[in-house]
Amino acid sequence: MNKENVELIEAHDHPLDGYLREGRIPHIFCPGCSLGSIMTVIIDAIKEAGFDPKKVSVVSGIGCTGRIAGYLNFDSFHTTHGRAIPFAIGLSVTDPERKVIVVSGDGDLFAIGGNHFIHAARRNADITVICVNNFNYGMTGGQVGPTSYIGQFQSTAPYGSQEEPFNLPDLAASCGAVYVARWTALDVRRTKESLVEALQKKGFSFVEILGSCPTTFGRRNQLAEGKIILEYFKEKAVLKHGVDTRYVGITKNSDFAVGKFVDIEDRETLTDHLLHLQKIAKESASKGVRL
Amino acid sequence: MSDKTEIPNVLTGRHYTTGNHAAAEGALAAGCSFFGGYPITPSSEIAEHMSIRLPQVNGHFVQFEDEIASMAGLLGAVWGGSKSMTATSGPGYSLMVENIGLGMMTETPCVIVNVQRGGPSTGLPTLVGQQDVMQAKWGSHGDYEPIAISPSNVQECFDLIITAFNLSEQFRLPVTFLMDETLGHMSERLVIPTKAKIKIVNRKKPTVSPEEYLPYKTGKDLVPAMATAGEGYNVMMTGLTHDERGYPVISAEAQEINVKRINDKIRLNKSKIIKLDEYMLDDAEIALISFGSSARAAKGAVSRAREKGIKVGLLRLITLWPFPDERIEELADQVKTILVPEINYGQVTREVERAVHGKTEVKGIFKLGGAIHTPKEILDEIESRVK
Repeated sequence: MNKENVELIEAHDHPLDGYLREGRIPHIFCPGCSLGSIMTVIIDAIKEAGFDPKKVSVVSGIGCTGRIAGYLNFDSFHTTHGRAIPFAIGLSVTDPERKVIVVSGDGDLFAIGGNHFIHAARRNADITVICVNNFNYGMTGGQVGPTSYIGQFQSTAPYGSQEEPFNLPDLAASCGAVYVARWTALDVRRTKESLVEALQKKGFSFVEILGSCPTTFGRRNQLAEGKIILEYFKEKAVLKHGVDTRYVGITKNSDFAVGKFVDIEDRETLTDHLLHLQKIAKESASKGVRL
Repeated sequence: MSDKTEIPNVLTGRHYTTGNHAAAEGALAAGCSFFGGYPITPSSEIAEHMSIRLPQVNGHFVQFEDEIASMAGLLGAVWGGSKSMTATSGPGYSLMVENIGLGMMTETPCVIVNVQRGGPSTGLPTLVGQQDVMQAKWGSHGDYEPIAISPSNVQECFDLIITAFNLSEQFRLPVTFLMDETLGHMSERLVIPTKAKIKIVNRKKPTVSPEEYLPYKTGKDLVPAMATAGEGYNVMMTGLTHDERGYPVISAEAQEINVKRINDKIRLNKSKIIKLDEYMLDDAEIALISFGSSARAAKGAVSRAREKGIKVGLLRLITLWPFPDERIEELADQVKTILVPEINYGQVTREVERAVHGKTEVKGIFKLGGAIHTPKEILDEIESRVK
């Protein structure tokens, strides 16, 4: 590359300048992995949602998706496996103005962290949970997970997965999430628009993004390149806003629904409850505090 | 009533109350504004009391779905800018240890109360134990140097939990407050001083701009200044081995620097951390070493032995971790026997054996949990040494 070209490249600002941590790029994601573009979509959505960047916190658990928090130049927290959600609740309740976003994978959020997910939705904690579902444990080498579909081959499902997977939107909806949507990593425009809505929502919002993992999922399941997985998503995804979440489970080689499935108004949030408790506790204490 | 109404966090005055309630009030006096917990005997009264009091003082009480979530939520609340606490017992502490490790690695100040009951496993939910001393030291994986404090009376449950908060803030780590069932449920006089008389230590804050701030850069004290969320510093926190910027670095070199520092900040400051209570040790020929509820029976035994003319004294360990090796080794030069009454099968005894380097006899007086020693049981052991 000649000198003039180098200067030309350096003269351009990258649209994500300031939103990615200096010195942290290149990221660790494999070629063909969709996490890079998903990270871009998340940043775009945060920008468009119009938050004060100081008031945005991003929390991840462990795994490939769990690395996203550490690349983003917000207050970012890379916690333990499965525990991003309760950590996020602690962050959220200590400042009602803070926007807390959990970004993690399907194994992290729904296997080891499943209990926290259902309770956070039940409480209507003021957090947005973004699950990148790649159908397997990528970072540890491609083991079967709670969203692996029946017949999916993984390193610990050498004869094909036998167990029923979670239908994540239905799980979220049935536990009380006020916003539930599913998109694929191919559809960045709709994903971004939906994320903006989810982020602006008070209470527990949930967005599932189907991601491509060619390295540990694709090559075991005749989808050996990121592009092939995205083409598969394109072929099988059917836009069905508002569809009953009971019918959005994913099975092998079948169409699946994407879209916004749940958008509920006026459900009181955990923060609402805690602030209300402060009010009534003080009223009660005004009659006298005793040990 | 407006949200600005001030309800006192320090209930100055004389009270008659339990160790669990005293610990809760001490935490409030220390400035605790977040409690995340899960019900467990014999610590539940702490959570119950915090659920009444925290919302009165603009704090938050959250009952989580389990102790794992409680500990994670606690860390989140601290990074959100608050002082935070949880309370549990052995089985719950077992579930917390992974995130206590995260707190150690990320240098997150907080306090974990363990009102010990008999173990292992479900053990004796309603009865006393002191079997989690080693768990407080080694509970989580990897090398870290914890602080654990053990009160012996209701007043200390109040006073020393403030010390626990202060040490956690000063040295930036989770501090374990090792109570036990007897202490948690017994009632005694508690005198709460005025707010002005309570010394409060707060975490060191960055004095440089966000551009210049390195979250894990330290001075001589080895303790980094802590920016928390929402202050414009773009906090970077990870449980991975990290450099001064907080960025993950997976290498032996980074590990050496990171892990050595989080241990050394405690090891090199042991003398500032360790608190001991010495009773009639000056001319002692036999020393008792004890802590928590056991130390009460031990003190009774010392008094009775002294009435019989036996030169015995008591070294009460207020700080269990870091362990006071130096003072115990000194004592080993003075006395011919060290007896260690504890409600377990030999945890502090083993540490005492290590500390004395074979200079004197060490013998544990064990109870396996379910009851505290009687002074007579300890006295019998003392007398067996002078016959």
